[in-house]
Amino acid sequence: MITLEGVTKTYRMGKLAVPALQGIDLHVSQGEFVAIMGASGSGKSTLMNIIGCLDVPTSGRYLLDGTDVAKFNDDQLAAIRNRKIGFVFQNFNLIPRTSALHNVEMPLVYAGERGRGERAREALGSVGLADRVHHQPTELSGGQQQRAAIARALVTNPAILLADEPTGNLDSASSVDIMRLLANLNAEHGRTIVLITHEQDIARFARRTVELRDGRIVRDERSAA
Amino acid sequence: MNLFEALRIAGNGLLANRLRSALTTLGILIGVTAVILLVAVGNGASVQINNQVQSLGANVIYVYPSNARSTGGVSQGFGTGETLTQADVDAINNRQQAPDVVAAIPIAQSGGQITYGNQNYFAPTTGTTPAFPTVRNYQLAEGSFFTDDDVNARHRVVVLGQTVVDNLFGSTDPIGQTIKISRQSFRVIGVFASKGGTGFGSQDNVVVAPITTVWAYLTGGRGKVISQIVASASSPSVVTQAETEITTILLQRHQIADATQADFQLQSQQDILNQANSIATALTLVLGAIAGISLVVGGIGIMNIMLVTVTERTREIGIRKAIGARRRDILIQFLIEAMVLSGLGGALGIAVGALLANEAPHIPAIASSNFPTPVVSAPSVVLAFCVSVAIGLFFGIYPANRAARLHPIEALRYE
Repeated sequence: MITLEGVTKTYRMGKLAVPALQGIDLHVSQGEFVAIMGASGSGKSTLMNIIGCLDVPTSGRYLLDGTDVAKFNDDQLAAIRNRKIGFVFQNFNLIPRTSALHNVEMPLVYAGERGRGERAREALGSVGLADRVHHQPTELSGGQQQRAAIARALVTNPAILLADEPTGNLDSASSVDIMRLLANLNAEHGRTIVLITHEQDIARFARRTVELRDGRIVRDERSAA
Repeated sequence: MNLFEALRIAGNGLLANRLRSALTTLGILIGVTAVILLVAVGNGASVQINNQVQSLGANVIYVYPSNARSTGGVSQGFGTGETLTQADVDAINNRQQAPDVVAAIPIAQSGGQITYGNQNYFAPTTGTTPAFPTVRNYQLAEGSFFTDDDVNARHRVVVLGQTVVDNLFGSTDPIGQTIKISRQSFRVIGVFASKGGTGFGSQDNVVVAPITTVWAYLTGGRGKVISQIVASASSPSVVTQAETEITTILLQRHQIADATQADFQLQSQQDILNQANSIATALTLVLGAIAGISLVVGGIGIMNIMLVTVTERTREIGIRKAIGARRRDILIQFLIEAMVLSGLGGALGIAVGALLANEAPHIPAIASSNFPTPVVSAPSVVLAFCVSVAIGLFFGIYPANRAARLHPIEALRYE
């Protein structure tokens, strides 16, 4: 599903070259639930941006669902993000003043697909928000907003769900709630999930943990859970 | 992304900042209102001039003495010559020589103080022949016009225009009354129906008398001067032929071989109409251009607000890009938002402009003046709307392009 081979990323800050990733080899198969861990500055955000096709590696190969996306241009990356990746962000990133339904429809709008309303309602139903479709983000609790964001990520039926600190802005009860939802999506619907977090408690919901330090993978282990 | 979706998103964005959107729209609204109104005034002036010139008769040809040359060949300028004679008029009235001319009349102009009782008035007195009403397209409201007998006998009779009657007589019936022009007595035998023209040398401010009478009593020692000949062609379509016939007759009679040396000049109503139209068109263009400046200012307002909007919504742009919006999608979204702003301003501006143009003639201060009635034309409405939308497009391109080029990662990180 996801294959990274010798991926490096170097940022230029003026004349200074800052290496963020220094040769990442990683393979994630279909149906896996992987937590990527690391302290801030470890390169996990950079890795997420590359896996999420928001950025391209400086060198190395990145195969997503069999396609090498390392050399794609902006619009090709946008199309890949639209069809193959579902994003869940720390601060939900719902579009303000727009109902949950329209937020969830959004990826389908850019995909130019039909039957959007029906599919968006279905996705909202699957995260338990069937009775909140016309609410605006400000009318939803944090947990509900994140559920709406998960529905938006799922609506295009993407190859992977990419969750970047999905519980970072939630209280512990809502956090557990959201993590159970993700675990359930993985266990019962076979969703491939890549989770970025720095919290051990949250990482425990995943069945494989990858730890980054200074742009290198230092640990990669599977748990039985 | 389809158009409907783009419009919905744009509408959402605009409603989120109602006051700001309204104020930006107001900029375009005022500009379009000004364009519609000023172009309508220009059109109104054009219509007014046309009506006035048409009321003189579309098939009228004027012959002026011109560039009289002294023996030394020095040109003395337009209208200074005394080269036209009654014999010229008679020759033009000869149907064999000028088949396309219905009638030609001589005109002798004289000014003079007119008095009736204790009333004083000044109007030009025109000496002419009985074909005057036919050629100049006047109707009589009362009484009758003078006859050939009056001309032959130099009878002191006059026919008055409505403005002169209003100023001298008030409610008195002028027919049969005696007025004085330059201290000479004349009997009023007729009154012309009003032609309704104002400004531009009113057609109602006239006193008409037999030409022989004018020569004998008013032009003093200057002799039998004909200041112009007015001829009417049998229809507006044969004006050109009639002009050629008159030119041929006069060149032959004045024994001039080279037409460029002619001692007379012809001017048809069409020439005057063309001149007046080109002036009116220039006026409309100038007014429109002045109003157009305010549209440009409105456009800059849109650009300003769109730049603010793009900055404010950087994060939203990042989200949209993350979930699959291409550059083009973002570009179109903000362009449509700018065009909705300006198009809305344009539509409202047209409505306000048309309303004002419609109401203007009912405002007493305007109604009582000679101010032309504004005429809103369909092409100016369509053009104003298209231009306002185009302004949104033009001034929206830079902000929309800025939005479209944002990098998704940086946009998402923007606080």
